[in-house]
Amino acid sequence: MSVGLIRFAVDEVRGIVELGVRTAHATVRRRPPPGVVLRQAFEIGNRSVFFILVTLGFLGAILNFQTGFQAKRIFGDTSLMGAATLPILVRQLGPTLVGLMVAIRVGTGIAAEIGSMVVTEQVDALRMSNAGPIDYLVKPRVLAGTLMVPVLWVLGTASAWVAGMWITHAAFQTNPETYINFDLVRAADVFEGFVKVVVFGYVIPVIAAHSGLKARGGSEGVGRATTQSVVNASLAVIMLDLVIGGVAFALRFGGGG
Amino acid sequence: MMAALLARLGAAALDLSETVGALALFTVRVARAALRPRLDRFETWRILHRVGVESLPIVATTALFAGAIAVIQTGANVIKFRAYDVVGWAFGFSVFREIGPLLVGLMFSGRVGANNTAELGTMQVTEQVDALRALAIDPIGYLVLPRIFAMVSMMTLLAIIGNAFALVGGISTSWAMLGVDPWVFWNSFIEYVTIADFMNGVAKSGAFGAAIGLVSCHFGLAVRGGAIGVGRAVNASVVAAAIGIFVLDYFITWILK
Repeated sequence: MSVGLIRFAVDEVRGIVELGVRTAHATVRRRPPPGVVLRQAFEIGNRSVFFILVTLGFLGAILNFQTGFQAKRIFGDTSLMGAATLPILVRQLGPTLVGLMVAIRVGTGIAAEIGSMVVTEQVDALRMSNAGPIDYLVKPRVLAGTLMVPVLWVLGTASAWVAGMWITHAAFQTNPETYINFDLVRAADVFEGFVKVVVFGYVIPVIAAHSGLKARGGSEGVGRATTQSVVNASLAVIMLDLVIGGVAFALRFGGGG
Repeated sequence: MMAALLARLGAAALDLSETVGALALFTVRVARAALRPRLDRFETWRILHRVGVESLPIVATTALFAGAIAVIQTGANVIKFRAYDVVGWAFGFSVFREIGPLLVGLMFSGRVGANNTAELGTMQVTEQVDALRALAIDPIGYLVLPRIFAMVSMMTLLAIIGNAFALVGGISTSWAMLGVDPWVFWNSFIEYVTIADFMNGVAKSGAFGAAIGLVSCHFGLAVRGGAIGVGRAVNASVVAAAIGIFVLDYFITWILK
C-alpha cells in the first residue's frame, strides 16, 4: 500500500511540475489576451474577497485572543499584543491561511470546471480546433492567480489585523491606539510573505488544472478530480510554506548566528 | 445602479440564509435520527476505515509540517531572547491548541469532506438515493449517520496521532535549525504544556469533525444537475466547511479559554 502511495505521489509531483513549466513556457512565448485574464482575475480575486475577509477575520480574532490570554497570564500586560502578533501574521499565518483558502475556494472551482469540460469532451473539441488546453484554459488562470493572491493576502491580513484590534479591545480593554503599532514588522517579514503568496498564486491554479485535466469518467471522475485538487493544493501550500520559511530563516540566521 | 446593487446584496443575503436554514434543518433531522441510531454494521466499518485509516498519511504529513513551521516561525524570537529552554512550551501551546487542529481540520475537510460530498453527490445524480428511498431505507440513517459518526470519532483520534507527529516535526526542526537539544525541548514541553492544552485541541478537532460531516453530507445530498453539479457541490461544501471551522474555532477558544 505504501509503495503504491509513494509512486502515486511521485507521479503527481512530476505531472504538476511538468504542467507548471509548460505553462510558464507558453506564457513567455505568447501572452494571453488581457480580457481573458481579467475575467479569471475577477473569478479568482473579487469573488473570493468575502470568503477571505470572513475566515481571516476570525483567524485574527483567535490569534489575538490566544496570545493575549497567555500574555496576560505570564506578563500581566497586553499592551504589546498588536505589535507582537503582526509580524507572524504578515509573514506566516496570513500567507498560509490565504493560500489554503484559495486552494479551497478557487482550486476546487478550477478543478471542477476543467474536469467537467474534460468529461463532456469539450477539451477534446478545443484540441480539434487547435487550441491546446494549456494556452486556452491553464495560462489565463495561472496568470490571474499570480496576480490576485497577493491582493487577497493584503486584504486578508488587514481583515485579521482589524479583527484582532476589536478583540483586544473587547476582551483585554487594550486601547486601539496602543494596538496600532508597526514597530516589530521588518521589511524582510513583508518580503517573505510576499514571496510566499506569489508562489502560492502560481502553484495553486497549476495544481487544480492538473487535477481537472486528469478527470475521467462522468460525475464520479469530476468529484474525484476536485477532491484530489484540494488535497494536492493544500499540501503544496503547507510544504512550500515550510520551505520558504526555512530559507528565509536560514538567510537571516545563517552561518551559525 | 443603486437598485442593482441592492438587488445583488439582497440575492446574496437570501442565498446565505437559505443555505444556513437548510443546514439547520438538516442538523435537526440528523439529531432526530441519532436518537435511535441503527447503524448498518458493514457500511459503518467501511466508512470508518475510509475516513480514518486512509486519511492517516495526509494527517501525519500535515502535522509533521505544522510542527516544523511553528518552530521555524517562533525561532526568531527564541534566538533574540536566547529563550532556548521554553521552545517546547511555545511549540506545544501553539500547535496543540491552535495550529495543529486548524491545519489538520482544513486538510481533513479537503480530503474526507470533499470526497464525501462527491460520493453522495454522485449517488444523488445517478438516482441511487431515490432507489434507497424506494426500498424504504432512510438515507439519513443509512448514509449520513455512519459518516458523521465516523468523522467525529476519527477526527478526534487523528488529532491525537497528529499531535505525536507534530511533536516529531517540532523536535527535529528545533534540533536542526535552532540547535536545541531534543531533551531540553522535551523537558520544557513536559514541564509547561498541560493536559488542558491537549484536551482543548482534541475537543476542537472533534467539533470540526462534526461540522465537516454535517456540511459535506448536506451539500452532497443537495446536488442537482450531473457532473457539473457534483463539481460545484464539492466546491461549495469545502468553502462552507472552512467557514464553519473558523467560526467554531473562535467560539470554542472563547468558551474553553
